[in-house]
Order: sequence, then C-alpha cells, then structure tokens
Amino acid sequence: MRRFADLYRRLDRSTATSDKRAALLDYFRSAPPEDAAWALWLLCGGKIGGAKAKIAASAELRAWISAESGVEPWLVDECYSQVGDLAETLALLLDDPPSRDDAPLHVWIEARLLAVSGRDADTRRAAVVRGWRSLDRDARLVFNKLLTGALRVGVSQRLAQQALAELSGVDVALIAQRMLGAWTPGAAFLRDLLSPEALPGDRAQPYPFFLASPLEGGPEALGALADWRLEWKWDGIRLQLIRRDADIALWSRGEERLDGRFPEIEAAAAGLARDAVLDGELLVWRPAETAPAPFADLQTRIQRRRPGPRSIGQHPARMLAYDLLELEGVDLRERPLDERRALLEALWRDSPGAHAAIALSPALAAADWNAAARMREGARERGVEGLMLKRADSPYRVGRRRGDWWKWKIDPLTVDAVLLYAQAGHGRRSTLYTDYTFGVWDGDALVPVAKAYSGLDDAEILRLDRWIRAHTIERFGPVRSVEAVQVFELGFEGVNRSNRHKSGVAVRFPRILRWRTDKRPEEADRLDALEALAR
Amino acid sequence: MAVDGVVQRPEGLYCPAGDFHIDPWRPVPRAVVTHGHGDHARPGSGEYHTSVEGLPILQWRLGEQRFVAHEAGVPFRLGRTRVSLHPAGHVLGSSQVRIETDDGVWVVSGDYKRQPDPTCAPFEVVPCDTFVTEATFGLPIYRWPDTAEVARDIVAWRDECAAEGVAAVLFCYALGKAQRVLAELAAFTDAPVRVHGAIAAGVGVYRAAGVRMLETRTIDGAERGADFAGQLVLAPPSAAGSPWMRRFRRAQTGFASGWMLLRGNRRRRNVDRGFVVSDHADWPALLRTVAQTGASRVIATHGNTDALVRTLNAGGLRTETFSTDYGGED
Repeated sequence: MRRFADLYRRLDRSTATSDKRAALLDYFRSAPPEDAAWALWLLCGGKIGGAKAKIAASAELRAWISAESGVEPWLVDECYSQVGDLAETLALLLDDPPSRDDAPLHVWIEARLLAVSGRDADTRRAAVVRGWRSLDRDARLVFNKLLTGALRVGVSQRLAQQALAELSGVDVALIAQRMLGAWTPGAAFLRDLLSPEALPGDRAQPYPFFLASPLEGGPEALGALADWRLEWKWDGIRLQLIRRDADIALWSRGEERLDGRFPEIEAAAAGLARDAVLDGELLVWRPAETAPAPFADLQTRIQRRRPGPRSIGQHPARMLAYDLLELEGVDLRERPLDERRALLEALWRDSPGAHAAIALSPALAAADWNAAARMREGARERGVEGLMLKRADSPYRVGRRRGDWWKWKIDPLTVDAVLLYAQAGHGRRSTLYTDYTFGVWDGDALVPVAKAYSGLDDAEILRLDRWIRAHTIERFGPVRSVEAVQVFELGFEGVNRSNRHKSGVAVRFPRILRWRTDKRPEEADRLDALEALAR
Repeated sequence: MAVDGVVQRPEGLYCPAGDFHIDPWRPVPRAVVTHGHGDHARPGSGEYHTSVEGLPILQWRLGEQRFVAHEAGVPFRLGRTRVSLHPAGHVLGSSQVRIETDDGVWVVSGDYKRQPDPTCAPFEVVPCDTFVTEATFGLPIYRWPDTAEVARDIVAWRDECAAEGVAAVLFCYALGKAQRVLAELAAFTDAPVRVHGAIAAGVGVYRAAGVRMLETRTIDGAERGADFAGQLVLAPPSAAGSPWMRRFRRAQTGFASGWMLLRGNRRRRNVDRGFVVSDHADWPALLRTVAQTGASRVIATHGNTDALVRTLNAGGLRTETFSTDYGGED
C-alpha cells in the first residue's frame, strides 16, 4: 500500500504529463505484478470488485468514522462539505497510528476488502477500521479512495498505457487493444498484456476507437477542402462491429459488448460478403423516416438486454458505417482513409444481405468551405449534430489525437436561465461553489431545468462563489439555495421531453456560455421556449 | 446584571468600561492592537496600545503613530478597567488582551496558536470568565503535523529542485510565517535563503528583536542573469503569477499555510507543493485552550465559528459569535 500511496502522491502533485509518466514508469518497474495490475485497474477508473462489491456505503463510512474519531455525525458532515472529498475527509479525521501495516496493495484489496464484500456490517466495518488504524495519512487517503470509488488523479488510460509500452517495449496500440473490454486485475492479466508474442485472444479483441476533436473556429485553417472528406456527425452511439469467421461482436465506445441487444444488426453482419471490422454509428431509424429518431429512443433500446419483436419494431436500430478497420483478417488501420473507404463501399455493394440494418454513412460533397458551412447549418433539421471532417490520407489512429479527424458541430441552442442552487465542487474546486442549478420561468415561478459545472473562468468562479455565500437563502446539506438574481446564458445540444424532470424537459450537455450581468432575472427565458425545442 | 466587557460595534470590538477598541477595522480614538497583521492593525486611530515586542512591527506596518507599548503581563488602566497583554504565540509580539472590571475578567485572544514557534513567546493560558477566541481552523479535520517534520520536507523539496536545476519558490505571508520558516529551517540546513523585498523588511525587524534565523539575501542583490537554480526563495503570495516571477527561468512553487492541509486548496492555488505550517490554533488546540481558560462563556470571532459554537454549546458552555472583519489568511 505504501508504494501505491507514494505513486498517488506523486501523480497528485505533478501537473506536467512528463512527470506523471515518469512516476508511473517508476511504479510499474518496481511494483510486484499483482499490485501493478490493480494499480492499472484503479488508474483507469476501475473500482475494486466492480459495481457489485459491497464493502462500505458512504453513510456507513461516515457513521464509522464518527465512532472512531469521536466527532459527532453532524460535524463529520460539516467537515465533508469543507473538504469536498469523502476519502480525504475520512483520512484527515484520524491520527496516524504508532506503527504501520506494510501489506502490499493487492493483499489489502483481495484478502482484506473483497474478502468481506457483502458480509454483515460488523465484519465489513472491522476490515475498514483495520485500514484506518494501521495506515498513515497518505495511505489512508488511497485506502479510502478504494472504498468510495474513483481515484481521479489526472491520469488518462492512454498515459498509463504509454508507461507500460515504454516499460515492456510492446506497441501501445496493442496494449490498448488488449485492455478493451472486461478484464480481471491480476498477475496473469498483466503478463499477457505485456507479452511481446501475439496471443490467441488478440484476434477476438476490438480495436481502440479513433476519436475526433472538436473544431474551434472555422475550417479554413485546415487548408484545401480537396484534402478532406465530409460526413454527417450522427447523434448516436459509436459502434465497432466485428465479424471474424462465424463470430460476431458489437462493441460500444464505452468498451461494452452490446451482443444480444441489437439482433437486427447482428443479423445484418451475418449478411456481409466477407469477414470485416466496421466502425460506425448506432442509431434508431425507422424505415419510412428521412432522419434518425432522437437519442432518447436509442437509450430505450440499449437498456433492453434481449429486446422482443415489439421493441425492435418500435425502435429499429441501424448502423451507419463509415470506416473499415479490418478485411478478411488484414488490419487496414495504417492505410489512408480514401483507400479504406473504397474498400468499405465495395464490401457494402457486395453485401445486399446486410442492407436491412447496415448503411453507409454518405460521403458528402461540397464545392468549398462556404458550401460546407451551409450544409452544417442545416444539420439540426436533419437530426444530426454537424459535420465530421476527416483528412483524406489519414490512418486510423488510437484515441483522441488532434489533427486528422475533426467534429464540426452546429452552434448550441441557448437559453437565459437564473441561478437557483449551488453546491461545492470536487477536487480542485472542493472549497468553491462551482456546481450550479439553473431555472427558467413557468408562470411566475422558476423551475429548475439544467445543472452545469463548467464554462466560467477562475476569476468568475471566485466572484460568483463570494456572491453565493453572501446571498444564500437556505442550506440543504451541501446545497445552498440563493436569491434568484444572477442570469446566465446556457448552451446545450438538444431538448428531450422527460417524465423524470419536474420541468417536463431534459436538456442535453448544458454548459455556461456567459454570465449575463446585464440581464435581470425577469428577462430570463420561459419554459415554453424550451418546450418548443423539445423533440 | 453584569455588563459585557466587550461588545460588537460597527467599527470593531469595543470595551465600554475602558472606552477603547480592540483591533478595530475603522479608525477609533483608542485602540488596543493584538498583532501587526493587516486585518488586525489598521491605520488612522488616535492611539495604539501594543506589546513592547509588537511595537517595531506596528511601526513597520503603520508608520509613525501614537504608540503606547506595554510589558507582557503588566497591567495598565484604561477607563474603569485593568488591562494587560499576554503572549498569544501567533507572531512576534502578538498578544491576548486581558480586561478586568468589577464584573469579571474577559480575554480577547486575537489570533493564536499552541504549537512551539522559535520566533515568538509561547501562548500563555490566562484564566478568565469570558474568552473571545478565533476559529480560523474550527473543524476537526484541522490537526497540525509536527512543524519540524514539515521543515524537513521543505529542505528535501529544495534538494529535489536542486537536482532538477530549478528554483524552489515558497510563498508565505511576509509577517510571521516567513520568519518562522526561516527559524525552523535553521535546524536542518545552513544554506542561505533568497527573500523577496517585502519579506526582507520583516526579517530585519525580527533580527533586530534577536530572533535566530537562516541567513537571508535579497533577490534584488543577486547578480544579473542569476537563475537561482537549487535555491530556496521566499516570496509573499501576491508574487504568484506576477511579472516578478519571470526572473526564475525554471521554478517549482510551494505554499506554506495551514490551508495546504486540503488538497483542493493546494490545487486552487496552483502550486506544486503545499506545506502545512500554520500560525493559528488547530481544532484540538481550540478546544484545549477554551477548557484551560476555565471560561464559562465563549465568543468566537472569525473562521469556522459555526462548528465551534455548536460543539461548545453541546458541551454546556454558553457560546456565541461576534461578526468581525478579521480574515482567514495563514
């Protein structure tokens, strides 16, 4: 645990990526493989025991620390709201023990925590208190993070993979590929992950997705339009369809296997003329319609593990393919986009049996960037989010690498809304009120319609934080209601009708565009305006 | 019915029986000042009563004023009260104000700490009926580490910076914290420390008072083009992000403050390293001090007063708050 706590502290302190990579490298070089595998799991956002493990609920941790520290429960809550991070609060409330337990990370996780998962409260409590009473503060912080969830220490999965690649000499793309999907942290996994030999399992894995970066400013900076290929940016779920021999697998960008959830896509995959790996977008699209159904329809489908004919009939899925990563066992990712696209089109032409649920995402033609911009402006009516711009000779890269693929989204919808509630943020913002709830007018009342966490600069955050503290009406635990005075322009991607929200609408990806200090709350928008935009 | 020894007025805390203010935030005819920090010692009052040790600091911070300096523990009369000043252990010359009237004894602590500090006299427990306390760090998460440990960490950090060929710029308040760091470090190193001009002035005042600290050199005295690699540099927090920092071609930054106990504060300050060194009482020290004074009534002035008030009230002590203009700097 000591070694992992040191790694956490080094990562937490450093702001430079090179320092973080050096810290990871030092750790992976020295840690026993059983520990290193868990560290990798945790750094990639994994929780111990996955979602099912029950070791300690947040309320239990607070009750137990109250008993151990002699601090009253209400005061534990006060501390938590000052610190903004439960794991850190728990670590601060106790003194360091006279002697330390030096058991390694995997022993703590496997033999002491997972071993009591789901047991009675006294047993679980004893395991947790043992950590509290035998680890020093840095180690307690990490130990508590194991219990409360995400590590959040500013390490991307890619950075961890790069460190492992540097350590092992194995190509980072292969490491990334081997880490896709479900894996169990352990020495065996780590050995396979870093194996220089090709493994049988390598063939069953999807490729890491290449992700586009948002285009800021106009496309003119990209150079001649002739060097670029244009497609619609669909508002669906990124999908990799793999057919190798008779095996068909569907992977979402979240690295989840979707097998069984979309039988119509799997049936279409069986109709492909050759084995292939396709990259594209999963949508709900009714045959007679000219535009795809709203994203909410797709959400309905994805929740069904085994959809029946009725569900499939109401919400039929379709894949719009736009890239070909592998054909008849040959990895095409290093070939230029134009070549991959030509092979994709040929495959599709030869595969009429697949047409029922697999279509080509159309290649769009524009005379110049102005014409492209006009197409983009018509995107909302088509039910798409904008344009994708892909360099004609680009390989299929790994992760979000800037330069070859851009998403050029339409300008967001906007609404002027009034700040109603504020809550302290987490991490760097834990001592500031940075999580805001906004409302619009419904009759003469303000109804909450959106939460937003980003969009203000540091100076504005400080200024608003002071204002919030001075204009609080009521406190509900960590949340404060404030005087309805401040107006903000919010941007968002769309509005859906929702039964789960009091306002009856749910906005997608809300964020703050501007603090409208020039507007009075009476001038904020009305709920009708959002309802009119709802699809 | 006993009259309160100290009451809250718009211009500051006021003692009616003695007709004087304590650390007023607006000009008044007669002020008793606990220590030289800007939120406690403000210009414009007619007369300033302070400790002998605190006098040079007030002269430095406030310029020429009408000062009356008092030896620690020696009572003097103001109006119908007997007043005496007692060490608060916060910074050099910091005092608690003891006020004795026919109705009892009040003690106004100002800012104070209970940790050892080589730069000033230790806090003296002064028995009283009513104790007016600060509560800057009034939550149980605030429990200070041993300062010697932290001093060792600072030296180790400077050595790491030296190995990387970068300067180690440590931000700390120019009055009190900087001098305490210089004194604590003397146990672990004898390498001279570079100081910002704003800190050099305070170091001069402390040296004149006989406080032993590491040798210091000003930044401005360095030869042109010096990059200060491997050197420890003390600068006030206001220097962070200012053009003054440009002279360090490559530097790591640190901040010495009790607030650095929380990771969120360190990140918000955007410094590489936080060192937990505080000149205020932590939670256990607040509770211990209140108990030791034997006070039956407690008034909290600034900081996390809510938690302290509720905790003391639950323990049977009559506790309330004064709303003051004192800040939370450390």
